[in-house]
Parts: sequence; structure tokens; C-alpha cells
Amino acid sequence: MSPDSDISKVEESPELSSRVTSDESVSAPVLLFFSSSILWLFVGTILGLTTALKFSFPDWLGSIPALTFGRIRPAHLNAVVYGWSSMAIAACYIWLTARLCNTEIHWRRLLYISAILWNIGVLYGIIAILNGGSQGQEWLEFPPAAVSVIAVAAICLSFSILRTFHSRRVTHIYVSLWYILASVVWFPILYVIANLHIYSGVTQAAVNWWYAHNLLTVWATPAGLAAAYYFIPKVIGRPIHSYYLSLLGFWSFALFYNWNGIHHLVGGPLPTWLISVSIVASVLMFIPVITVAINHHLTTVGHFDKLKYSPTLRFVVFGAMSYTAVSFQGSFEAIRSQSEITHFTHYTVGHAHLGLYAFLTMILFGAIYYIMPRLVKWEWPYPVLIKFHFWLVAIGIILYVLSMNVGGVFQGLYMNDASRPFIESVEVTKPYLAARSIGGALILVGQLLFIFLFSLMILRKGAVRLTPPWRDELEAATK
Amino acid sequence: MMYIRASIFFLGVLATLFLGWAALTFIPGIQISEIKPPPELKPYTEEQLRGREIYMRNGCLYCHSQQTRPLGFGADQKRNWGRPSVPGDYVYDKPQLLGTMRTGPDLFNIGARQPSEDWHLIHLYNPRATSPGSIMPPYPWLFEEEEEYSEQVFKAQGKRIVPVPVEYRPNGKVIIATDDALDLVAYLLSLNHTYSITEKE
Repeated sequence: MSPDSDISKVEESPELSSRVTSDESVSAPVLLFFSSSILWLFVGTILGLTTALKFSFPDWLGSIPALTFGRIRPAHLNAVVYGWSSMAIAACYIWLTARLCNTEIHWRRLLYISAILWNIGVLYGIIAILNGGSQGQEWLEFPPAAVSVIAVAAICLSFSILRTFHSRRVTHIYVSLWYILASVVWFPILYVIANLHIYSGVTQAAVNWWYAHNLLTVWATPAGLAAAYYFIPKVIGRPIHSYYLSLLGFWSFALFYNWNGIHHLVGGPLPTWLISVSIVASVLMFIPVITVAINHHLTTVGHFDKLKYSPTLRFVVFGAMSYTAVSFQGSFEAIRSQSEITHFTHYTVGHAHLGLYAFLTMILFGAIYYIMPRLVKWEWPYPVLIKFHFWLVAIGIILYVLSMNVGGVFQGLYMNDASRPFIESVEVTKPYLAARSIGGALILVGQLLFIFLFSLMILRKGAVRLTPPWRDELEAATK
Repeated sequence: MMYIRASIFFLGVLATLFLGWAALTFIPGIQISEIKPPPELKPYTEEQLRGREIYMRNGCLYCHSQQTRPLGFGADQKRNWGRPSVPGDYVYDKPQLLGTMRTGPDLFNIGARQPSEDWHLIHLYNPRATSPGSIMPPYPWLFEEEEEYSEQVFKAQGKRIVPVPVEYRPNGKVIIATDDALDLVAYLLSLNHTYSITEKE
């Protein structure tokens, strides 16, 4: 069951040889999606760090319209959400589906079209935002042309995945596959409906936040969970703790998460019943979250020493723990008494990064560390850089989230204290905003190491290794 | 058997998304569509709409909300930011710009709270000229910098000179507001929802 055994023992086992066939069939489209996603990660992080620094230096780059705060902030969000995360998710979905259906990927040509269109759509959208062409709806800033191209790209991906599922050569459908199948059905529908912009006024605000929160329901979270459900048992070498818990986790997740979005408008001018419904659903999220947390914890328990040796496991377990943290935080944020303080503040920004970075991005890194050697038939060179990558981004994101959360609470408390002039709620956040930029800089440096390693993998350059990087250490430790 | 199970799975998946959509957007959409705008709320003028476009284009909404909270929930009422906003206040807002962040103050009634056109123009040119400690970005491309000696000519041409304090403008320059700046300020001044409302709105 050890993860590196696929290649060396192919001839002995039909199961292993079918895995190699699956991997080979997806190799090109997955590499295309991963490489694109990593370019967008770089662009998005530069935009993000620039945004963060502008809080401390508001006049910096202030005379260039395309680089004003109000344009690079949405450019950052869209680059990391639709560029980095979405394309890396697509790559993971393709690879996992072929593996879990025990077959080759079908309709591969659609996947090439999807990757190319996805890049065109995101590139056009980002340029439009910087040029002042935003739609003015958060998470939905892209103009209709970019949206149409991305929608077609997403539909192509979905068709290929569903077609592959149709030709599966397994009788049991593993839990990761439930999340993937649901996700590829949900995402294109949600994306198209929300982008129709048929409403205005407060109803449009409801659609806006129904969408923005649901993007996590239908896209980010299923991807993170599908990968965690696959890689944790895989690397540890034991089955997932409970099948029934994962079943309960999946359906309660599908049912409750869909209703969460309007908690972004607590205290706002919307019907009270609507906001209350969303708050209740947000609190009910404890059920799927605790279910998943128990399941993953009981699978990992007794094997935490493996975190030391497997980069995949280290990143994925960090991500899985962050999922529990971000979900608990989200449920509390929806409750009125906390929302009164933390809504309208940087706390929300910290929360968003806890979800999209500490949870999703870390799991995607872990997935890439696992998948890449199997696609390019080359082991990661310089394992020490993988460690630096992990610790830089881990410390960076922890600093980021903590500074935004603590600074956000102070900002909210000062804002709600009418005896203080409003400007005090700005002043109090300044040191925290500076700390956030330091966290962001650590993340950028860590990711540069990652990009360097990834480029070496694509080129099959660097130190030649015949076994996975962690193997020597593990053997040395067990002797 | 496999087909039935797979079909049930996909039906369930579609149903959960559909239920959320119906409950959170479709039904409230019907309820809200019956709301009439308050009689004192005027539709935006063309100038204000152009200003609204500039507000959107430069991402003002990422730091400023346009919604006021009720008494007992935050300090909006105590800060005199205006009565709690209601769905009827937003009938002409296409697209909506309620916002979810208050790095800067709420703007739902900024036209009433700060009615000076000069103040807004100076503030947009350099926020720190009016509000020390502010971290708002400047918007110099909404302005033109001209040589000071021609001040009389600008006045004759009907150009809008912005009285930026001398320490905040380049030496010997006079600051002229572009049409974009004037449109944006017209929009900001239109943000005045201080009229009273009835139960139904």
C-alpha cells in the first residue's frame, strides 16, 4: 500500500498496471491544468501582496488607475479563485476520477479545450477588471465575455468527468468520487445562474452572496474534501475510518451548505426570515464538519509520525485541520452577536483566507506533490526545499489569519463604540495590516520555492532520485 | 441497480442546489419585487449614473458599505448614519452596491452627512488632505494639474477648480476636476436616504 510502489511493481499486479494506464491517460491535460494554475497562483499572489501593502502605503502606485486598490483587490480574488484554485481543482478532479473509476479518462480533447478556454477567460477577465470593466458584484466581477468562456470551459470539464464515470470499471463508488460528481454538476449551473444578473436591488445582493458562499459549497470544499478523503488513507495505507460517517457527512453538507450565503448580510435590509434561515443553516454546518473531522482524525490517529516524512500528508492534514477550523469559525460568524462585531471588518478577510488558503490551497499543494511524480515519472528533487515551502506558507498563513482576525475584532469593537471617532477603527488596525503583509510575503517566498520545484519537475531537471524524497528519512528513522 | 443508484444520487445533488436557490433567491425575489419605491426616492440622473459607474469601476464598494444597521445592532444609529435601510431604498440600484466592508465609513447617507462638493473633490484628490490618518487611496486621474497663472482663464472657461490646500498639491499647480470627478461627486451627494418610510417599504 505504500504510495511509491505503483511503478516498480506494475508487472506483478493488474490493479497497479491499471493505475498506470489511468495516470498515463490523464497526464497531458492534468499537466496543462496544473501548470496554468501555478502561473495564476504567482500572478494572484503578487496582486494580493500589492493589495495588502496598499493598506500601509495608500499613496504607493496611487496615480496609475489600473493599479488602484479597488481594482487590484478584485483582480487578486479572481486570479486566485478562477485561475489558481479552479484550474488546480480541475486537474485534481481529472486525475482522481480516472483513478477512482479505474479507467482511462474519456473525451480527453474536451479537457484540452477546457484548459485553453479557462486561461483565456481568466486572462481577459483580469485585464477587464484592471481596465475598469468590473461588473461591481463581489466574486462576479468578470464581464459577460469572460464569464461565457469560463462557463464553456467548466461544462467541457464536467462532460469529460461524467463520461468517464459512465464507463467506470468499479462497482463501489468511493466517497471522493461523490464529492467530485456533485461538484461538476453543481458548479456550471451555479456559475451560469448567478452571472445572468437578472435581479437588481437587495434581491441581487441575496443572489450575490448565495453565489459567493455557494462557490465554496459546490467547488472549493468538495475539491478539498475529495482530495483529503483520497490522500489521507492512501498515504497512511489504511481505509477511511467509517463509510457511514462519510455518507452522513456528504448529504448533510449538500443540504445545509447551500443555504448559508445570506449570513453575509446579517443586519442588512433583507427580510428577517431570510437571514434567520441562513444563520440556522450555518450553525447546522457543525454536523457535516464534525462528521468529516472525526472520520479523518480516526483514520490518521496513530500515524501522525508519517507527517514528518510525507509532504503530501503534511500539506493535506494541515488543510483538513484548517477545514474544521474555518467551518467552526464560519458558523460562529453567522451568529448575530458575533456578526455585529466582525461583519464589515478584516475578520472576514482572514476567514476567507483560512478557507481558500489554509484549507484548499494547502490540500492542492499536497495533491500536486503526490500526483506530479506519477505523471512525469520523476521524483521531486531537493526535498529540503519542500520543507521550506511548507513551513514558509504555513507560518505565513497562520500569521495572516491571526492578524486579520484579531485586528478585525478590534476594528469591529471600535466601530460599534459611538464615543470613538470612526477613524480610530482605522488606526487600530494598522499594525495588524502590517503583520498581514509580512504573512503574505512569507507565503510569496514559499510559493516561489514551490514554483521552482514544479518547473524542475516539468523539465525533469535537478537531483536525480529513484525513490520519493521521504523514503530515505523514513528508512533511516526505522533502523 | 447501479443506474438507479446513480440516478438517485444525481437527483439528490440537483435537488439540494435547487432548494437553496429557491429559498435564498427565488422566493425572496418574489417577496421583494412587490415592494414599491418610497415616493421621495428619486431615480438617478444621467450624471449620477455615470458617477455610479465610476464608483463601481474603481472598486469603492470594497471598503464602503451602503446599508445602515438598526438600533441595538452596531452603532450606526448612535453615529447618526441614518435610519435602518429597507429594501425599498434600493429599487433603482442596478446593480446593487450594498457592500460588505467598512474599512471606511458607510455611505448610505453621505450626501446628507457631508453635502460639500469641495470637500468630496479634495478628499478624492488626496484623502489625507481632509481626513488625517485615512488609508483611502487617492484618485489623481480624476483631476488635471495645470499651471497656476492660468487660474483666471479656467474660471472664464467654466472649469471647476478644486481648492486643495497648497501643501497637498504640486508646487505652482492648480487642480481642476474632470467630468468624471464631478459625476462621481454628484453620485455621492445623491446618496441621501433621510426621508421617512412607512411600514410597507
